[in-house]
Amino acid sequence: MKQMDAVQKRLLQEVADLHDIPEGAYNLRANGESVGRQSTANIEITPKTDVSGIDIRIKDGTVRESVHIPVVLSESGLKEVVYNDFYVGDDCDVLIVAGCGIDNCGTQDSQHDGIHRFHVGKRSKLRYVEKHYGSGDGAGKRLLNPVTEVYMDEGSTMEMEMVQIKGVDSTERKTIAELKADAKLIVRERLMTHGEQSASSIYQVSLNGDGSSADVVSRSVARDRSYQKLDMCIVGNAACSGHTECDSIIMDSGRILAVPSLEANSVDAALVHEAAIGKIAGEQLVKLMTLGLTEQEAEEQIINGFLK
Amino acid sequence: MLELRNVCFSADSGDSTAEIIRDLSLTVRDGSFTVITGPNGGGKSTLAKLIAGIEKTTGGQILWNGTDITDMSITDRARLGIGFAFQQPVRFKGLTVLDLLRIAAGKTLSVSDACEYLSTVGLCAKDYIRREVNASLSGGELKRIEIATVLARNVQLALFDEPEAGIDLWSFQNLIRIFERLRESDKSRTVIVISHQERILNIADEIIVLADGRVKQQGTRSEILPSLIGTEYAAGTCYKITGEEGQA
Repeated sequence: MKQMDAVQKRLLQEVADLHDIPEGAYNLRANGESVGRQSTANIEITPKTDVSGIDIRIKDGTVRESVHIPVVLSESGLKEVVYNDFYVGDDCDVLIVAGCGIDNCGTQDSQHDGIHRFHVGKRSKLRYVEKHYGSGDGAGKRLLNPVTEVYMDEGSTMEMEMVQIKGVDSTERKTIAELKADAKLIVRERLMTHGEQSASSIYQVSLNGDGSSADVVSRSVARDRSYQKLDMCIVGNAACSGHTECDSIIMDSGRILAVPSLEANSVDAALVHEAAIGKIAGEQLVKLMTLGLTEQEAEEQIINGFLK
Repeated sequence: MLELRNVCFSADSGDSTAEIIRDLSLTVRDGSFTVITGPNGGGKSTLAKLIAGIEKTTGGQILWNGTDITDMSITDRARLGIGFAFQQPVRFKGLTVLDLLRIAAGKTLSVSDACEYLSTVGLCAKDYIRREVNASLSGGELKRIEIATVLARNVQLALFDEPEAGIDLWSFQNLIRIFERLRESDKSRTVIVISHQERILNIADEIIVLADGRVKQQGTRSEILPSLIGTEYAAGTCYKITGEEGQA
């Protein structure tokens, strides 16, 4: 395996909580090439031959195993599109940790567009964690445009934790999911934008099978002059239940457009949406200041709690 | 010692200015348990907020242990050991009860220490410690957590703005015990409670009656309380439920 430098290791820690090589199956990608890969008895990772990316195949009945596939970019001007396909067998219980960290100290834009497709087998439980992070003080932008497609078979469960807290200049996130009978999707998205950043996050979840359900919750903070568009749609095509919620804190000169939407194509679809945008309540700041925090410390505590 | 000298506070109300506190002077000695009562709209809550720095005086001076705190921020006053329990506690999405108690304690509070504070206010710690301080908590639960945050701060001056509001009868007994413990655990600690409740007035060292933004009466419990019994300034526990007939 190739050595990673200090910047790459720092990015790796930010996006995957990894100090070094993870246990279990992994694929580490740095500056456009694989710097380490390991398959296990139950999880096979193979590179694609037609396009850039990997196939991850998890055998039926694989439980308590994990896959880490972080990506780090520390070279200014690098642009890449990567296709990763996950085939999770039946009756599995696994954790997949992805994420991308970009450090751009140069003047050219750096961009990583990851296209992830998940095929989740019958009765399988999948937990997916994706963190995005940007750093570096160059004029070049840090751009991330992830596309996530999820195809869930009968009785499967997927929990998605999508986090982008810092440093990404522009992002367009698109997630689509299709659920068969009794499949359950839980999404927890945390987003913070600052400076001149812009972020759009689009979800389109189709509940196609009876007994399927989705709970899509986004919490976001827009600071400085940043802009966010949160577009979350659940489509109920069967006897299903769906809930979507966009809850945002707006600060400084930030702007947020929240578009939660529902489409029911079955009389037995039970769908709910909620959206709220507001600034930090003055009384919340005052309460924490009476506990000895400065106004700025109070603000940080409120935001950290909100995005936790 | 807390000293207020000629304190004034007025607020804009539409086209005119309303005088809420008028040239008010008073002294509260260290280690005393003082209850401030008086009619609604008399300026009690405003006075507590002026002491904590939540509202700024429009005239006069506030001194705490000889230091002029009139122009100090809420944060600086808190760091001098002044604590404030809100009449209507604030909710926070995402912050847990444990987070709030840790912020209050100003250090990494162990879970067992945090549980101790919750037990003191009559909440089963294991049910609450990880709960978010959000709309899922009832008014009474929030009120008790609010009091726990003041206990966790170990302050030298504790201000409670109508601590009994929203608390049921069982907790009311508990509340009295909390005040007694606050006094016993640190004899130099000063406690000021805004309340109409006779049972809280009953454990006071000093009573201040505030009306029209001025001190109408101030003295020891034995001097003041007899004249208040049977009035709305010293209501029985059931006063708010049953009105006049419920007075003790």
